Order: sequence, then C-alpha cells, then structure tokens
Amino acid sequence: MALALTEDQQILQSTAREFVDATAPVTHLRALRDGKDADGFSRDVWGEMAKLGWAGLTFDESSGGSGLGYAELGVLFEECGRTLVPSPFLASAVLGGECVRRGADEALRDRILSGVATGETLLALAMDERPRFAPYEVETRAEKAGDGFTISGEKRFVLDGHVADRLVIVARTSGNAGDRDGLTLLLVDRLAKGVTVTRTQMVDNRNAAIVKLEGVQAEAVLGEVDRGADILDPVLDRATAVLCAEMVGLMTQAFEKTMEYLKTREQFGVKIGTFQALKHRAAEMFAELELSRSVVREVLSAIDDEGPDVPTLVSVAKARCSDAASLISQEMLQMHGGIGMTDEADIGFYLKRARVSELTFGDSSYHRDRFATLQGY
Amino acid sequence: MESLDSYRQEISTWLEANCPRSQRLPREGEEPVPWGSPEIPKEAQVWLERCADAGLTCPTWPTEYGGAGLSKEQDKVLKQELGRIGAQLPGQSFGTHMLGPVLLELGTEEQKQRFLPDIIHNRVIWAQGYSEPGAGSDLASLQTRAERVGDEYVINGSKIWTTGANRADWMFCLVRTDPDAPKHDGISFILFDLKSPGVTISPIELISGASEFCQVFFEDVRAKADNLVGEKNKGWAIAKRLLQYERTMISGMGTGGSGGAGGVVKKKRVAKRYRSMADIALPYVGERDGKLADPNMRSLVTQNEMDTLCFSLTMKRAGEEAKAAKGPSHTASMFKWYGTELNKRRNEILISALGTQALGWEGEGFLDHELQQTRGWLRSKGNSIEGGTSEVQMNVIAKRVLGLPD
Repeated sequence: MALALTEDQQILQSTAREFVDATAPVTHLRALRDGKDADGFSRDVWGEMAKLGWAGLTFDESSGGSGLGYAELGVLFEECGRTLVPSPFLASAVLGGECVRRGADEALRDRILSGVATGETLLALAMDERPRFAPYEVETRAEKAGDGFTISGEKRFVLDGHVADRLVIVARTSGNAGDRDGLTLLLVDRLAKGVTVTRTQMVDNRNAAIVKLEGVQAEAVLGEVDRGADILDPVLDRATAVLCAEMVGLMTQAFEKTMEYLKTREQFGVKIGTFQALKHRAAEMFAELELSRSVVREVLSAIDDEGPDVPTLVSVAKARCSDAASLISQEMLQMHGGIGMTDEADIGFYLKRARVSELTFGDSSYHRDRFATLQGY
Repeated sequence: MESLDSYRQEISTWLEANCPRSQRLPREGEEPVPWGSPEIPKEAQVWLERCADAGLTCPTWPTEYGGAGLSKEQDKVLKQELGRIGAQLPGQSFGTHMLGPVLLELGTEEQKQRFLPDIIHNRVIWAQGYSEPGAGSDLASLQTRAERVGDEYVINGSKIWTTGANRADWMFCLVRTDPDAPKHDGISFILFDLKSPGVTISPIELISGASEFCQVFFEDVRAKADNLVGEKNKGWAIAKRLLQYERTMISGMGTGGSGGAGGVVKKKRVAKRYRSMADIALPYVGERDGKLADPNMRSLVTQNEMDTLCFSLTMKRAGEEAKAAKGPSHTASMFKWYGTELNKRRNEILISALGTQALGWEGEGFLDHELQQTRGWLRSKGNSIEGGTSEVQMNVIAKRVLGLPD
C-alpha cells in the first residue's frame, strides 16, 4: 500500500489540475448558478472529461474503460474538489457505474458502461428515503410481475438524478425498512412509464432529484434478488472514498486561500498572519488536512488491493474528512472576516459544498458509530 | 534487490541464534528496559551485548566506529525481521538517538573515536543539558556560562528538566561562551563527565510520583577544551539539529511506539491498538446490545482510535514521501505536537472510562494496570511540554511550513 503518489499518479494529477484550472475554475460554477443553467452542469465539460478517459477510468477495457484503480480515480476527484467542479462524475461513473459493473450480466454491462465511459449515458443511484443517511431504511417496494418487477415508492436526494438516462433503484423485495436483507437493485429507464423526476437544487449548486416510481417496470435486476446490499455496500464504500478525495481537494484549496489571505491582509498595521491566535488555528487546520490526506490515500489503495479493512477505513476517512472540511471551511470564512460573508467571494461556495459533502453518505457521527460496530464494540 | 534478500536471510539467521526467547513477544514477565536503567535483567544484558558487538544497537553507523554500517534499506529489513520475531533493539538511548547522530555529522574524528563506541555498547549513559530555570521554551536565552581557562572551560550555572541525570555518566550541554553576543550567537555545545567536581544533581519529584528529571548545578566544573563540539559560539545550530532528532523520538513514543528507536512491529502494533481502548474500557463502562454501554464514551473512544490510526498513517506517509523526495517531508514538523496531544487525550478518556478505579495512588483496592493508568495519565501531561511545548511547535509549523509572517 503506497501512501505517497507514484510518478504516474503525479503526472495524472498535474494533467488533471491543468484541465480543471483551464476549463472549470470556480467561476464556472458561479456562471452556471447565475445563468440558472437547466442542467446545473456543463455537458461540454463533462464530455471533455469523458474524452480524457475519466468517466471510464476504472472500467474494464471491454466496457470502454482503462482498467485503472481507485488510487488514480481519487487523484481526479481531488483535483475536481479544488475548484468545486460540478459534474455527474460521482453519480454516473461511480455510483451508477459500479452497480452496473458488479450487478449486470456481461452484455448489458458492456453496453451500458461503454455509454457511461464516453459520457453519452448518464446513470444515477436512487437510494435515500430519509433526511439522514440510512442505506437500509428502504420502503420503496418491488413486486414480482411476470418475468420482471414493478417498483413503487419515492426516492430523495438522488444525486444528479435530474439528468440520468438510467436509474439504479434500491427497492425492498422482502423484509422491513432497516433490514439489510431483502433489498434488490433494479435498473430503470428514465423514460419508462410511471417515472417522475423532479430536480432539486441544493445549497452547493449541485443537483439532486426526487424520483417518484408508480408501478414502474424494471429493465433488469442487478445482482441477486434480496441480496442487493452485497452490491450496495461495496459501491457505497467506493463512492464514499472518492467523495473523501474530493473533500481533500476542497480543503486543500480552502486552506491555501486562507493562508494567502493571512499573509496579505493587514490590520493594526501588521499582517494578520502575525497573530498567534490565528497561527495556532492555522497549524490545527494543517494537521487536520494532512491526517485526512493520509487516510484517504490509505483507503483508496486498500480498495485497489481489495483489503478486508476497506469498510473500516472508509468510516475513518469519512468521519475525519467531514470534521476537517467543516473546520477548515468555517475557519476560512471566519479568518476572511466580512468579505467571507459575501457572495462575491468564493468562500461561501467552499462552505456550502463542504456541508453537502459532509452529509452525503453519512456524517462523522454516522461513521463513528459504524466504525465502533465494525470493531465489535 | 538480490543483496537485500541475502541480507534478510543473514540477519534472520543471526536473530534466531542470538535473540534470547525472553526478549521476544509475547514477553514473559519483564517489561522492556527503559533508557539505560542500571537494573538490566540478565538476558536483556546478553541481548544488549550481542547486538552491540555486532554494531546493531546503531545499525546505520559506520563500522569504523563500531556500528553495523547498514544501508537505509538494510536497516528497514532489520526492523522488519525484528518485528517478525517480536523483538526490539536494545540499548537505545539519548546517546544512540541524539548525541551519536550529531557527532557523526559534526564531531571531530577524535570525538567520534572516543565517544561513539561507548554509546554503541551502552557503557556511557548521556544526559541532555538544555533547559534552565530561566530558559524553557525560550531556550536560547540560557545563562549557564563556560569560560576558557587554559586548555579547559570552567562551567557555572544550572540545568533543569535533565532526564535521568542521576543515572547518567556524561552530559552534552549548551553553555554561553560569549555573554556579549546576540543570544543565538554566543552559545557552544560541550561534553563533560557528570562525576566531575562541582556537579550537584537533585531529582525533581513530578505529579505522577516519578522523578525521572533532575536539576543539575555546576560550580566551577572543568571540561577539556577539545570536548567542545563544532565551533565555539556556533553551538545553536548543533542544538537545533539535535532537537530534530529528539522530536522524532518523542513523537514516536507518544503513539506507543519506541520512537526513533526500533520502529518495532509497526503494523502489528497499529492493528492491536485498534481495539485496545475499547477492550480496556469495556469492563468498567459495561456493555449493552453488544456496544459500550455509554454512547458518549463509545464515541470518544472511537474518535481517539481514529485519530491514532490517521496519525500513524501520516507518519508512514511522511516516511514514504521523504524517501521519494530524498528530503524530509514537511508533514514531519507536526508529529511531536500532534502525537503528544493525542496521547494526552487518550489518557484523559481512559481515566474517565475507568472511573474511580483510576483515582487510586497506591496500595490496596486497585489493580496494577489501574494504578499504572493513573500514573501514566499524570506523566502524559509532560509530553506536550518537554522537548518544546505544543505552543512552540505550532509556532514552528506556522512559520516554517505555512510561511506565516513573524
């Protein structure tokens, strides 16, 4: 397990950074918001990202991918995090893509993922039903009907669900809300009868959707009936790990901008960075960021090594990144003083995205509980 | 690569033949020997002598001074093989981790020949004469004077917080040799025998009941002029170099490792500590539905276990990055501060978890490990003061790593 980036990963990182800085700096997000863009992201930018091989980075070659690992995928997410690039990267390539990769038969898998890899097909995972993350709290039901299933229920906070061509639905085929058993993953065409998708605009200008399903015919079952959690768990672990990488990028940028400000802003005739009250808080932010970076590298390489401790490490990483992103984004605002409160500065974007990331896939309190449970206490 | 494999073969055969069973984990009865304690159990002494004869107490030092002359890669193999049999390098001391590396870098040939072999064989125990009653965090304001008289220096003043001075043989000491120069410019680094006339050593009793620190008084103590390391009045640079070695050592101790010493069983230790806080807390806190009964305690324990893991990973990453970049990782500057604060938090949580069983001082009514926990909690308070306070460490990070203005 390598915690330092390899030479190849460093090259990938600088290529990604160049692309992101040139194509999607924070002004890009601001323009999409101010222009009230119908999609909330740029299909052109996403198309270019796909062309660079990002969307299919971890897919097999038969699915149009490059067969690289999560360590590399994490490098890309970290760079996207620096400038808060809005794109369906997480929803389509990781959440939806991993479900299909793990659950679909070969022919269906290669057909769908080839489209995902080129950026033409967009996927989303419809999972949440509660305001706080609880992946097994599923009441949406799928009933056997002939050869297939029909699904009824309502999903919320479906990341980039508003633009998805296909949705992976987590539905209950047996048991009760809260049970791990009895969940089934089903593939649904966005245009199928009974599907209603309503875009919800989130505070960070990213997008999610409410997906209503009324007797919707499923296109395919992904994996085994009632054993959906066997796919869902590892998919969520992987999505959480790359979200953490994105958060490291966000924190790095927020921290660097704040340090710049401390070195230039003057009050009482001196640079405010000379004040010890701020220096010590800066040192704390630095430590939080570096600890986050280490555990995120570890979890990404554990995923590539298929280590047994992936779930534990995911919880350590998400708890740490959530707390650290919260600290750093709030300190960023406070240390910038009045300007930090204004929409004109980009600081609010970082604070808002940090908060959304924190609550996505479980906050630190959720993951501390999960860690303790996994450790047997 | 091939030669590394053959070294692995060689060292593992040597360890198998030379490391006594009692010096391996699981350890039977005795605890590892702390810095140069005079009461070295017999088999520990045998293990120490065998390692010292092979130069392995200072594996990377050149063979001409009695080291084993290992490359960094071979040293890593040695640590791995030690870890595999659950053994630690014996004889690790201020000499092996602080003075020795400084002498190797900056000492004269004569000084190296004279002092290094005794460090390797643990024959001379060294004390560190740095802090003074009026010079703690602001170390460079030290006032102990050394005046040149003939071919000797005559030393007057006092040092405080000198670890193990009452058990030490010699001292490496910061002294002011030019009282008129700006404070950083008039300091020298000198070595002398603590048995010299004019040296008085009084142990200081700590809140934990231990007295590992001493105050040392000097009244016309004489040291040979050729015991001065580096140039006269240029000792501050040497002092700082040595502090870097010290901080690396202390930060490792904070996480239960043996610091710069050994780097023993890293992987196993991390894995073991994963559950240990919960295991310790469980009999006191109780269990409900398979969980620690107090949800807030469970959360505190978890937070600390997570911090510990993230911190260990960060030290590991800094090591990898330093190797790749062929220079120290800037992350390393936070280790002393973070490691010791983490250790303090851990101790606070464990005291709460053990409840009134953690409040005993001595005698009946308490288990050994409970009494040790109490003393350990009190001792941990010093971790973030000795070797540079946390506040000073944070200033260093702000200045050197983050580039914030003075």
